[in-house]
Amino acid sequence: MRTFLLLVRAGFRRHSTYRLALLAGTATNSVFGVIRASVLLGAIGSAGTHIAGYDGPRVLAFVWWGQALLGVVNLWGFQEVGQRVRTGDIAVDFLRPAGPQLVYLAEDIGRAGVNFLARGLPALLIGALLFDLAWPPGIGSWILGLLSVAVAVVVAFCGSFIVNLSAFWIVEIRGIRLLWMITTGFLCGLYVPVPWFPDWLRTFAEWTPFPSMLQHPLDILSGRVDGAAVWGTLATQLAWAVALVVMAQVVLQSGRRRLEVQGG
Amino acid sequence: MADFTPYRVVLRSRMRAQLQYRTSFVTDVVGTLGVGLTELAEVLVIFHNVDVLGGLDFSAALLVFALSNVCFSVADMLVGHLDQLPTYIRAGTIDAFYVRPLPLLAQFMASDISLRRIGRLSVALGALGVALSIGDIAWSAATVAIIVLTLVSGTAIFAALFTAAGGLQFYVVDGAELTNAFTYGGAYAAQQPQRVFPDLLRIFWTFVVPTAFIAYLPAVAILDLPGDHLAPSWLAWFTPLAAVLAWLLAAGCWRAGTRHYQGAGG
Repeated sequence: MRTFLLLVRAGFRRHSTYRLALLAGTATNSVFGVIRASVLLGAIGSAGTHIAGYDGPRVLAFVWWGQALLGVVNLWGFQEVGQRVRTGDIAVDFLRPAGPQLVYLAEDIGRAGVNFLARGLPALLIGALLFDLAWPPGIGSWILGLLSVAVAVVVAFCGSFIVNLSAFWIVEIRGIRLLWMITTGFLCGLYVPVPWFPDWLRTFAEWTPFPSMLQHPLDILSGRVDGAAVWGTLATQLAWAVALVVMAQVVLQSGRRRLEVQGG
Repeated sequence: MADFTPYRVVLRSRMRAQLQYRTSFVTDVVGTLGVGLTELAEVLVIFHNVDVLGGLDFSAALLVFALSNVCFSVADMLVGHLDQLPTYIRAGTIDAFYVRPLPLLAQFMASDISLRRIGRLSVALGALGVALSIGDIAWSAATVAIIVLTLVSGTAIFAALFTAAGGLQFYVVDGAELTNAFTYGGAYAAQQPQRVFPDLLRIFWTFVVPTAFIAYLPAVAILDLPGDHLAPSWLAWFTPLAAVLAWLLAAGCWRAGTRHYQGAGG
């Protein structure tokens, strides 16, 4: 546990080095936030008062929490692990006392922390200054909402980790990464809320881990899901987190048996 | 008359190189196709819930989406690699461009062409075809002229945004994402019915970063919609002027940026 926390701190410090990049991220997220907020508000105005449980303030919360969490949850994935598998450097990771999954997860949590404080919160603040957002309906929603964000970070990390590990079997994984990025962006509810999808697409999305990466935390934080239903949402997310953690470990171990590193 | 041979040779070699690794190339094309499709899906999902957005019905909104996406895909294919400028600056390889006896911007533009963007372009062209055929359009020479003018000037405006962003990147190497706000953010704004924005923002997207000229204003003119105080239908004819102004600004940014650069040393 101590090792894990130290690794989280290392990840935090590594990613807090690029201050200008964080500031740039906030600015870009805010511009997209303003555009998306205008579009979705326009849609709600045109529909009457609400669409699928989202009224004006809630959809604004959806947009701005979404922009704030965009850099926190690793939606676009990473490529470091895949490259290390490809070059054989992953062998070094296997030799370390802590398993690769734990090490990379710790670093990703550190990265998420920096992005939440330095990139997410400022974007949220800008959103709150410009628009009239709905806030989580109670202290319970705040706590469970933030917990839900943490679980989302784990789910997104494990998904991308598994994608990276496919490099054990396929040398060039760029295609799979691209496919992952495109599917995630759409089905996680970054562009439009998943509940707005046509029935067949929504049902499909709900059977995938993608809504657990963004839509579920947004549902809780915007107050669209409230009361006892919050626990159900959180349970879905936790189930996906456990499933993906286990699956990543299984893939990692079978990849390890396959791995041949040359050189001396 | 300038001699274009060096540019042609470089471009041809870049294209050949990309087509060399077939699987990689096909993967990338499928990737940009997927990006195009998700962007389109966003419009479809919104219109699954409403009939009108920002005063536009589905066919009109699709026309706005298509015009801006065709222009963006072409501009991205031609000069999108200006985005990679910080990589060149960090690695110091930009110096090689400075010492060659050709204009820096022209060299840089010709240094690559992203054929893979053809995937996204095909989605945009498909959407344009559908939008023009289902739209209620009184075809005339003026309509055709507006469409052609828009496609050319719109591409030029996006290219100008990429160039201006490139110029600024000499100042903010680590903060390259900052300029994404104008390039990709501008592209996202361009494909929206502009009436969803508050007036202040519409003025910004029309007169400061002129992305409203790329799709919304032309669509109002093509479909002969009533327009409003910030989008009278005659304004579409000023799209080429907006492109010229955008390029003046871009040239200024690029010039300032390239002069600001001190070299990597060595």
